[in-house]
Amino acid sequence: MTAALSVDSLWKIFGPRSDKIIGTPDAELSRADLKAKTGNVVGVKDVSFDVAPGEVFVVMGLSGSGKSTLVRLLTRLIEPTSGSVQLGGVDITSASEGQLRDVRRKQVSMVFQHFGLLPHRQVIDNVAYGLEVRGVPKKERRAKASEIVDLVGLDGYEKSYPDQLSGGMQQRVGLARALAGDPEMLLFDEPFSALDPLIRRDMQNEVIRLHRELGKTMVFITHDLAEALKLGDRIMILRDGAIVQIGTPDEVVARPADDYVKDFVSEVPKAHVLTLKWVMREPRPGEAMDGPTLPVTTVVRQAARAAIASDAPIRVMDGDTMVGVVDEEDIMRVVVAEEEA
Amino acid sequence: MSQVGPGLRATAYVETEKLNNPKDRRPVEPGAAPPVVEDSGISRWVPALAIVVLWVVAWVLTKGTHTLDLPSLSRTDLHDRLTEIQNGLLESRSTNPFMQFTNAIADVFRSTVDWFQRLLSKPAFPRPVPQIGWLGVTAIATYVGLVVAGWRIALLVVASFLSFGVLGYWDPSMDTLIVVLISVLLAIIIGMPLAVWIGTSARANAVVTVFLDLMQTMPTFVYLLPIVLFFGIGTSAAVVATLIYSLPPIIRIAGFGIREVPTTTIEATDSSGQTYWQRLFKVQLPMARKTIIVGLNQTTLAALSMATLASFVDGPGLGKPVLQGLRVNDVGTAFVPGVLIVVMAVMLDRTTTAASERSERIARGGGHANPLQRRIVVLGGAVVALVAVYLSRTYVSLAEFPTYGIGRSISTAVSDFVSWITTNFGGVTGGLKDGVTDWLLNPVQSVLAESPWYVSFLGIAALALVFGGMRALAVCVVCLLGIRYLDLWHDAMITLNMTLVATVLVMALALVFGVWMARDRRVDLGIRPLLDAGQTIPPFVYLIPVLALFGPSRFTAIVAGIVYAAPAAIKLVADGVKGVSPTTIEAGRSTGQTTWQEITKVQLPMAKGSLVLATNQGLLYVLSMTVIGGLVGAGALGFDVVYGFSRSEAWGKGAAAGLTIVLLGVMLDRITRAAADVRRDDGPGTRRAFNVRLPIGPPGT
Ligand SMILES: Nc1ncnc2c1ncn2[C@@H]1O[C@H](COP(=O)(O)OP(=O)(O)OP(=O)(O)O)[C@@H](O)[C@H]1O
Ligand SMILES: [Mg+2]
Repeated sequence: MTAALSVDSLWKIFGPRSDKIIGTPDAELSRADLKAKTGNVVGVKDVSFDVAPGEVFVVMGLSGSGKSTLVRLLTRLIEPTSGSVQLGGVDITSASEGQLRDVRRKQVSMVFQHFGLLPHRQVIDNVAYGLEVRGVPKKERRAKASEIVDLVGLDGYEKSYPDQLSGGMQQRVGLARALAGDPEMLLFDEPFSALDPLIRRDMQNEVIRLHRELGKTMVFITHDLAEALKLGDRIMILRDGAIVQIGTPDEVVARPADDYVKDFVSEVPKAHVLTLKWVMREPRPGEAMDGPTLPVTTVVRQAARAAIASDAPIRVMDGDTMVGVVDEEDIMRVVVAEEEA
Repeated sequence: MSQVGPGLRATAYVETEKLNNPKDRRPVEPGAAPPVVEDSGISRWVPALAIVVLWVVAWVLTKGTHTLDLPSLSRTDLHDRLTEIQNGLLESRSTNPFMQFTNAIADVFRSTVDWFQRLLSKPAFPRPVPQIGWLGVTAIATYVGLVVAGWRIALLVVASFLSFGVLGYWDPSMDTLIVVLISVLLAIIIGMPLAVWIGTSARANAVVTVFLDLMQTMPTFVYLLPIVLFFGIGTSAAVVATLIYSLPPIIRIAGFGIREVPTTTIEATDSSGQTYWQRLFKVQLPMARKTIIVGLNQTTLAALSMATLASFVDGPGLGKPVLQGLRVNDVGTAFVPGVLIVVMAVMLDRTTTAASERSERIARGGGHANPLQRRIVVLGGAVVALVAVYLSRTYVSLAEFPTYGIGRSISTAVSDFVSWITTNFGGVTGGLKDGVTDWLLNPVQSVLAESPWYVSFLGIAALALVFGGMRALAVCVVCLLGIRYLDLWHDAMITLNMTLVATVLVMALALVFGVWMARDRRVDLGIRPLLDAGQTIPPFVYLIPVLALFGPSRFTAIVAGIVYAAPAAIKLVADGVKGVSPTTIEAGRSTGQTTWQEITKVQLPMAKGSLVLATNQGLLYVLSMTVIGGLVGAGALGFDVVYGFSRSEAWGKGAAAGLTIVLLGVMLDRITRAAADVRRDDGPGTRRAFNVRLPIGPPGT
């Protein structure tokens, strides 16, 4: 299957004469050195990745690591310095203004950290904005918008104005606006970091629900690792604009690419994230092979009870074939290591 | 001009976000450099004082020599050459394409104004009266007030229009309104595209801002001379001057509103795939609407103040009787039209402000509870207005405002009152006048103007260097050389002196009242409406009461300047002091400081940016007033300009005086701006405030 989004050696350098830097030795300098030497700031540095249709792809990094820049490059809200972006078969980097508008109208929508709602419009007209700029007649777009308003759980608030809503509700409006055009892909730039923790959890569950129901491809930016692990099919970690690691949540936790990532994931409750894949081992000779079976994707914490209850080690199955075993001790090692950390 | 980068704002945002939501605190990328701490060095007042001492010593040794004093009625060759240039231009009127162009424009304006006048204020031949009589005009104006701003404003409009007629100034009032109306419409047509341009392009903003700064540094008066040259005197000059003067506010303020539309909102709607025009009309303009109307309000008031001042170039309207009164020192005559100008200012201000508030309410959904009722009011009102127009076209008594004696009796009463004051309190006002003149005005003036010109030149340049650094020095030297070249050095020093003295007094007032307002909310609530009202009154009008109290003199011009500049300066200081963070003040209090220490060691130093800005504004306001004060005995450059208007052979001298005033304005403006920029520890406050500097003062909030 072709990728829904494909990014190839994408660069963004802010500042004067930024196009003169790529390909020279200066491009290899660290961000601070480049800034000192030329006054330019690297936003995104030689980034390549693919996102499969229906996937939730999370981009993580600390403040200033280039996440927002990257996500804006995807629809050319910021002009890239070099590289290419293919989105749903369209080459975004070389698209004409008209083509670009078309992609933005029909294929991708975005949700922003600070909502970006229009204060002078009612909720329903905010949601319908994308349809309005496409020229959908008023009646039709309002009908569609009110469906979406219901979908995100805001029924009854159609006629409210944004500043009459709480932050969480405003972000639901942002979400509804993104969904109204029925795009194939959604881009989220830290959509929940301005919300307090309880609301944030609600909204995360909302995204998971919508993803299950609508199956859209999502690129989700966050600086919150727990959020990344909860939502992501895969996680990409950025530092100083460059990729440090791309992998599934358990890969990232189990095999951090370097100390930077290790530091990041050090506080994650591993038993909640790691699957049996990362703790299983070859059976030892003479070990009993009649223990219970569990799929290889089972999270360690869920396997704990079965492991304690059984005398024989658990057989870890990938489909019908056994790929390894885990016993109580293997599982305890993960849990205890965590408590010592 | 330096801009506050988005970075600064973003940092501030992150800071507050962190404070509000500690859980959301996020780590910052390691390796970021700490902010550079700059050493602000020794106080600038020490070298400044040294320079002043040296200057005084030089003055004592050399005073009275090389002062370049030019008797008030004499001219130099340069002035005569300028007059010749003017004559040449006037003679080439029919051949020079530029003159033809400006003359054609002047004709259009003249006939437009004439058309409106026949509609509203002068007989429309063959009718003995205008097309629409007073009843019709009042009805239409009231209807407009009702529709855009509600019934309270409609009442205000009726009362204002009736007062124009009852006090006997119906026709001049209509003329002033016509000039204001045409100029404001043109200002919108020209200004809004420019506002959109500077609101959406940082580069355009930088370029246009330079021009706007220059336009707003120039005292009103100075526009008039070149305008007369190219557009002739009378209504066309009045419209052009009013248009030029009223353009900057709408460009600046509306542009600011458009620029301040949050980036997220632009990005969010852009990502829906909108076109340029959709972004403009569905996002930027609606979100900036409130600010745009504030700009419109400021533009309207600026237009009114210039329209009255345009009586100097024989512009029609209420300014004329005021000017006549002032010329012959007759306060009684000037008083009634002066009051009507104030009435008109209040009416225009309240209407545009209420319209802005109303549009904001509607945009937020708080509009009409009952759309049907609204429709009835709109339609019914229109019918009533049309009937009134019809009646006023049919009956002469409804077309021509009946004559009442009230206006005249008020004039007489005022004249009597003024002479009563002069006889009874002449000692007090005279004492005040003499005190300030002898103890402040004269000593400073003699150092500035009686030193040899090169001593004053060096002194001013050295002070510019101390306060504003190299950039200010460069501008200052260029300006001073220009002033020297224009052959009016001595007059320039006298005007500079009046400006400085008045500004010192303005700042004294601003400090006292500003700090008081900032520290006591009730004082603020009590004084602020007065200041707001003060800022809506055209400067011309201030001369009337001041003249009544002090008679024609330099001091009168200074007092008028103080009265004119003080509201803006007081508000700036009050807002600046109030802006000092309460946490800082609490922290200071917790160390047990006294109130005096709190004010002098915490509040004022931290509000330094606002103080410098207030000084800058004070200087420019006062300068523009001391020039108008040429009319009431202030002499010096203002008199040279007035004299240039009245005598054709003195045009060149007037023009040189006008240019000198511009150079003085630019010099004072640049030095204070640079002073604001020199101190990095002021933070972005000052520079930001400069970027949105409003011509008449911040809109009444
Ligand atoms: N318009 C710009 N001009 C210059 N530099 C910029 C610009 N926009 C972003 N940068 C720089 O690019 C880098 C990446 O910024 P970006 O906003 O993408 O970070 P981020 O990962 O989204 O951070 P955060 O979590 O704070 O939102 C930063 O160092 C920033 O200063
Ligand atoms: Mg970001």
